[in-house]
Amino acid sequence: MSILIDETTRVLVQGITGKMARFHTRDMINYGTNVVSGVVPGKGGETVDGLPVFDTVEEAVRETGAEASLVFVPPPFAADSIMEAADARIRYCVCITDGIPAQDMIRVKRYMWRYPKERRMVLTGPNCAGTISPGKALLGIMPGHIYLKGPVGLVTRSGTLGYEAASQLKERGIGVSTSVGIGGDPINGSSFKDILERFQSDDDTHVIGLIGEIGGPQEAEAAEYIRDHVTKPVVAYVAGLTAPKGRTMGHAGAIISAFGESASEKVEILSAAGVSVAEHPAEMGATFARVMEVA
Amino acid sequence: MDIHEYQAKEVLARFGVAVPDGALAYSPEQAAYRARELGGERWVVKAQVHAGGRGKAGGVKVCDSDSEIHAASEAMFGMRLVTHQTGPQGKGVYRVYVEGAVPIAREIYLGLVLDRSSQRVMIVASAEGGMEIEEISARKPDSIVRAVVEPAVGLRDFQCRQIAFKLGIEAGMVQQMVRTLQGCYRAFTELDATMVEVNPLVLTEDHRVIALDAKMTLDDNALFRHPQISELRDKSQEDPRESRASDRGLNYVGLDGNIGCIVNGAGLAMATMDTIKLAGGEPANFLDIGGGATPERVAKAFRLVLSDKNVQAILVNIFAGINRCDWVAEGVVQAMRDIEIDLPVIVRLAGTNVEEGQKILAKSGLPIIRAKTLNEAANRAVEAWRNDASHDVTMRAAL
Repeated sequence: MSILIDETTRVLVQGITGKMARFHTRDMINYGTNVVSGVVPGKGGETVDGLPVFDTVEEAVRETGAEASLVFVPPPFAADSIMEAADARIRYCVCITDGIPAQDMIRVKRYMWRYPKERRMVLTGPNCAGTISPGKALLGIMPGHIYLKGPVGLVTRSGTLGYEAASQLKERGIGVSTSVGIGGDPINGSSFKDILERFQSDDDTHVIGLIGEIGGPQEAEAAEYIRDHVTKPVVAYVAGLTAPKGRTMGHAGAIISAFGESASEKVEILSAAGVSVAEHPAEMGATFARVMEVA
Repeated sequence: MDIHEYQAKEVLARFGVAVPDGALAYSPEQAAYRARELGGERWVVKAQVHAGGRGKAGGVKVCDSDSEIHAASEAMFGMRLVTHQTGPQGKGVYRVYVEGAVPIAREIYLGLVLDRSSQRVMIVASAEGGMEIEEISARKPDSIVRAVVEPAVGLRDFQCRQIAFKLGIEAGMVQQMVRTLQGCYRAFTELDATMVEVNPLVLTEDHRVIALDAKMTLDDNALFRHPQISELRDKSQEDPRESRASDRGLNYVGLDGNIGCIVNGAGLAMATMDTIKLAGGEPANFLDIGGGATPERVAKAFRLVLSDKNVQAILVNIFAGINRCDWVAEGVVQAMRDIEIDLPVIVRLAGTNVEEGQKILAKSGLPIIRAKTLNEAANRAVEAWRNDASHDVTMRAAL
């Protein structure tokens, strides 16, 4: 088992005809992901890399049985595309798009809640690198070869910092059950806590890694959840020790605007919840190795 | 994007929020003239900068005559106003706003924010207006009233009334308060704000509710659908390096160190800065070149980092997913050929097409210091900077 996706998951790509989407669709197929179709309004009937393209998600779901979706749609239209996926009964959606207006995301989240929990779509991102269950499937833009298959469940806000963590693990021969990017936006589909819940009940995940950064309340919420509900060892790193207060550091959500949102405060909060925090970004791998020796 | 007080007031007034009569001036003469036009006996001259805390810093003056207005604004024009929100370099004053003074009976704090816990718009109010919200949270946390807006139906009047009654506003003025809150909320949602702050919102002696100050931050990601709002941008209030960067589609934050950073991804960029610091150096900047970085974009990043004269070494750290190392490597080579870079350049590539990227760097024959890991890259950058700082440039020959 892994969380969210595996080799059987039938995947569709929204915005598949774009340059980046084509490149990464090929990459996902090469990795072994079961990509079944694409959606671009007005381009129904075309094919990309042998995959059928449909005008609507509803049609793609009906014709190809897609159950997960990857959104590559440009920012002005991305929120609408996510809602379209939710409406078409897509089970899991990953949104890669960076630059979606925050209020569009508020509407997306509200729209998703109109469905009962059993059939509510799970969204990760936007502004994320995607999700990978190594050896099974890749739903995103990460380079698959840097992940070994193994017992660590990773959840990260930053895409590239997640790659850094995975490659430090690989250097030590440590693998990953699933790695989930939750993205750098202030309003996102799933929080650290949402993903931690899944890792806690996943049999293939024995250790959990949380890669956070400055800004927002989600690391603190995660710490509280870990303290009260997580029995597996948790390793964390929080980026932004040198980030000045009140400045947005690239990610729309990476800004220290309230108490508890700086890197050092988050490190303190996570440590107090029993999390092993790597103080140095180059020591993420070593911290996992140390925790796993003990475990 | 931040806008000025007078711009925020114009915006809020369009949505039905009452604001004092006021006028903008670009010179002391104009300020005095504007005051005469406004009429009345008492005015307030306010320096227009993108920062709070102006009052304590000398950016707000109450005046009773033409000559006082002239003197007050003369002192403000051209000064760099330093408040707790500007940093030590302050912000330049090039515009002042002149308003008729208002007889204040009570001051209220009102803020609308994107609440990241509820993932909705939240209204924050307090009867302790005039103080900064941080100060209110620390000293009078019980005075804070909050309401979260359900996005499907928007802000309801009952919520506004609840806030008004909790703030102890007398019944006769509650309707004005509802109108003010609804106006702020509509401005917030219709214009894609991420923050609207009215501090203070005042209740006057003659029973009016007036926004005496206003601050507004707009969502950069939504400016594409508000061209009129984009025109309110005032580059004089931005760090010139950051303005240049945003014009080039790059995400840059200037810092005080001397190791320039060119990184993809915000998290990795922050981690790279942290690693430099832990290796004994100081980062000169945060720079995320983003996904899909073309050679041209990498070259632009080099020019930008080099425009900071404190930079003594450049660290390029790319972990390619949506990027491709070969593109980035081509960009590095192109930049180093086009721009005469006589500083040590350390490049760490990993991820998609890394072998092709390494080959391009190696074949270029340029004095690029290559590193395999984040730690090695940071150590070598700090080492190179130390050597360079002592004018020992032999390091650069090391391929």
